[in-house]
Amino acid sequence: MAGLKTRKKQRLVIATAAVAAVVGAVILITLGLGGDSLSLFLQPEQVLQKKVEAGKRFRLGGLVATGSFIRDDDGLTYRFTVTDCVADIPVRFKGLLPDLFREGQGVVTEGRLDADGTFIAETVLAKHDENYAPPGTAPKNAEACSHPEGLKAEAGSY
Amino acid sequence: MLAEVGHFALVLALVLALVGATVPHVGIHKGHTRLMAMADRVAVGMFLMVAIAFAALTHAFVTSDFSVLVVAANSHTAKPMLYKISGVWGNHEGSLMLWVLILSLFAAAVSMAGRKLPLRFRARVLSVQCLLAVGFLLFILLTSNPFLRLDPAPIEGNGLNPLLQDPGLAFHPPMLYLGYVGLSVSFSFAVAALIEGEVSPLWARWVRPWTLMAWIFLTGGLALGSWWAYYELGWGGWWFWDPVENAAFMPWLAAAALLHSAIVVEKRDALKSWTILLAIVAFSFSLLGTFLVRSGVLTSVHAFAVDPARGVFILGFLAFVIGGSMTLYAWRAPKLVPGGLFGMVSRESALILNNILLSCFAAVVLVGTLYPLVMEAFGAGQISVGAPFFEYGATVLMSPLIVALGMGPLLAWKRGRIGRAAQVVLPALIVALVAGLYVVWQSAGGLVMTAFGLGLALWLIASVLLEIAERTQLFKNPERFWSRLKAIPRASWGMSMAHAGLAVILLGITISEAWSREELQLVAPGDRVAVGGYDFLFEGVAPVAGPNFTAVRGFFTVSKGGREVARLMPEDRVYADPVMNTTEASIHPLPGGDLYAVIGEAAGKGRWSVRLYFKPFISGLWAGSLMMMIGGLLSLSDRRRRVGAPMGKRKEA
Amino acid sequence: MQRFLPLVVVLALVVLFLAMMLSDRNPKEIKSVIVGREAPAFSLPGLKDATATITDADLKSGQPILVNFFASWCVPCRAEHEHLMELARERHIPIIGIAYKDDPEKARAFLEELGDPYMVTANDADGRTGIDWGVSGVPETFVIDGKGIVRYRHWGPVVDGNIEAKVMPAIEGAR
Repeated sequence: MAGLKTRKKQRLVIATAAVAAVVGAVILITLGLGGDSLSLFLQPEQVLQKKVEAGKRFRLGGLVATGSFIRDDDGLTYRFTVTDCVADIPVRFKGLLPDLFREGQGVVTEGRLDADGTFIAETVLAKHDENYAPPGTAPKNAEACSHPEGLKAEAGSY
Repeated sequence: MLAEVGHFALVLALVLALVGATVPHVGIHKGHTRLMAMADRVAVGMFLMVAIAFAALTHAFVTSDFSVLVVAANSHTAKPMLYKISGVWGNHEGSLMLWVLILSLFAAAVSMAGRKLPLRFRARVLSVQCLLAVGFLLFILLTSNPFLRLDPAPIEGNGLNPLLQDPGLAFHPPMLYLGYVGLSVSFSFAVAALIEGEVSPLWARWVRPWTLMAWIFLTGGLALGSWWAYYELGWGGWWFWDPVENAAFMPWLAAAALLHSAIVVEKRDALKSWTILLAIVAFSFSLLGTFLVRSGVLTSVHAFAVDPARGVFILGFLAFVIGGSMTLYAWRAPKLVPGGLFGMVSRESALILNNILLSCFAAVVLVGTLYPLVMEAFGAGQISVGAPFFEYGATVLMSPLIVALGMGPLLAWKRGRIGRAAQVVLPALIVALVAGLYVVWQSAGGLVMTAFGLGLALWLIASVLLEIAERTQLFKNPERFWSRLKAIPRASWGMSMAHAGLAVILLGITISEAWSREELQLVAPGDRVAVGGYDFLFEGVAPVAGPNFTAVRGFFTVSKGGREVARLMPEDRVYADPVMNTTEASIHPLPGGDLYAVIGEAAGKGRWSVRLYFKPFISGLWAGSLMMMIGGLLSLSDRRRRVGAPMGKRKEA
Repeated sequence: MQRFLPLVVVLALVVLFLAMMLSDRNPKEIKSVIVGREAPAFSLPGLKDATATITDADLKSGQPILVNFFASWCVPCRAEHEHLMELARERHIPIIGIAYKDDPEKARAFLEELGDPYMVTANDADGRTGIDWGVSGVPETFVIDGKGIVRYRHWGPVVDGNIEAKVMPAIEGAR
């Protein structure tokens, strides 16, 4: 065990270790990429289309619907609607909202849907600055927003 | 006028770099010493030219010369002087200038400090360095000229993103760049060695101090960056596995691996080919980071403005440098004759294990960073890889590393005996087990991972101490302890310090993750909130005005057991140009942990939403990083390892 | 054999990056949505004369027209301005300006200082029209043909190289 007499043997051992490491890393990566470590990025229409199940973690991007923003009585829980002008998803978030959070602005939230189809957000990222929008917040269905009322949340959207 | 001088100096620097990249090779080919020696003069001249250009740009920022486009786009007269200066590198063009400045600084340093290197080899190294400079200078001059004028000049500038107006972030990029670019020296040494077809222990001796220096700066840059995130972003997090953070972390991992494998080359003349590869990979990771930040391929909060032309240029340069060096490697590596043999249980083996684990971790981080890109390329939609993936990888790969780290320094070169080493570290194992089991018992089996992390950290610290005790024969021969302690070379102290630093970081992570307390509440003046045994009294808010912002400031008095321990004043700032809100957390470090307060918005009836934390031992993160840096510096200051001062026996290799 | 492995990995990554950079992704993906369709409807007050109303009907003039979103606070807008002036004065291309999220006072001063290349200028104070058009940052310029169909969307400033390479061909194509 202890002495490796020849260079050949030593090389064999090192090569085996390296192969084992690579195989190990591959297994590690495949295992690691399951479960909660991956999150899809979706806009409201895709959420409804794909019928995302409750409890699955994903990121939701879109615009904060004008007039949808309410603060609960506890003063810390916020409700608003994220829209891509085709579909709307109600969102609930408890915490401090980012400074740049505004109605009509782009937003990216991360969290899960609950049983009633409300998105329980754990983090909320608002549009960064005038020259930079988080990718995906501009609605894919831009023409749907062209109607000035498009940004208003409408119950039972189409 | 000065901007034009700067522009001209930059062009001259390019000319010098072109000369430096070619002429020395001709000199070596023809055996012409004077031509080889040109490399030294070119390196110094290039540095001077770039320094002039950089000074011109800095002058434009300091004097708020808005006729320069970059200044108008990124500065403002009302900005404090510190941020006028840091604004120089707070944008794409200026940050590239800083890259080139450091690149040429290192070239000049290699030339000055490396007088003892054989001329032929030094000329090779410098010409590779010059070739890198050619790429970056061309990039600046063709796509990102910082000296473009704006006519007519606006009266006022656009301002710097307020998130970046922060002392932590002012020094973060230079630090990180010193690290990134410092690895270019290791790279140039590796390429020069490949061209020469020879890697000797002497080579490792030359390359180690440079790598160590780059690694120290990278450590500092990462620590500053995470510190900034911790107090500026206002929710207590300090690492987000954001692509840009990963881009800085991967070179750090590769540099750490390189440091260790170069020891094997130096001491035992083995692992040559692998070490060369690591040197190339480490710098490639630096270039990859630069590319990711500027190409818009990955989106990140830290990214610069996206311009496809720039992205394509950097990618071309990247392909040339990395692809070229890898081709050279594939061609020349078989020429490197393997050296000393060693046993399965030996210092060499321990260092190989270290290298395998560090490289695997770097690979995991790389995969996690690029996975969304691959998925998107294959049309699988937008996906992000979250922290759980990286944390999982870190746990699985770093735990065996730390276990092995306790033993490694005790193993002898060539052939060690595991039994002897195990005997020495037995007390450390006991300490770790006791601490771990105690935590599990205390939490009724709840904190298994915490117990594990704590156990690992204590194991590492204890075995570092035991290694010093063993070295000084503290238990066998205590009366000679002091004289033996003094005889320990600084490099060994450096190693112990850096390893202990890692343990302290691990302690900080484990403890703060497990026992942080957080309260999100709505408070009116006079309300008290208890967080982690501390009593936060909210006294109210007041408006304040800064040089270029206005803010609402909240006041908290924190007490424990009726005794006041701290006052916290978090702010919610509104910057004027550009208009932007930022949250300024107020943090008070105590020996046991940090008190941390953030103020949100008014909720009516005089109430404010606030977020309060107690984060125990989180300072361990930065204290540990500092210990690693000090360890590196100690090792660097070791006489045997001073930059460019290896024994001057061989004149011409 | 294994010595070629690093090279292969590097080449694969370069190909991946190149493919991703050359493909049209965010935020340019909006282009594929708005280009080829009728310009989004809007109705905005004028910048110089707030009583005037500028609507999407003004786009259907029978000849190609440019719509340029700008703001006085935006530095790249300054950089592109002289080129817009040149397009308007020398090449006689009608341009409609839309001041995006700007103080009308400052926007007027901006035009006074640098010159006014616009046929008419509308004031999109709350940025609503910008959102409808999918503007993700200023400046942004759209080429509209005579029937009011969006033919081209230009992201970022209209400057030297891309006028001849992109904007002019789009205008010619819209004729």
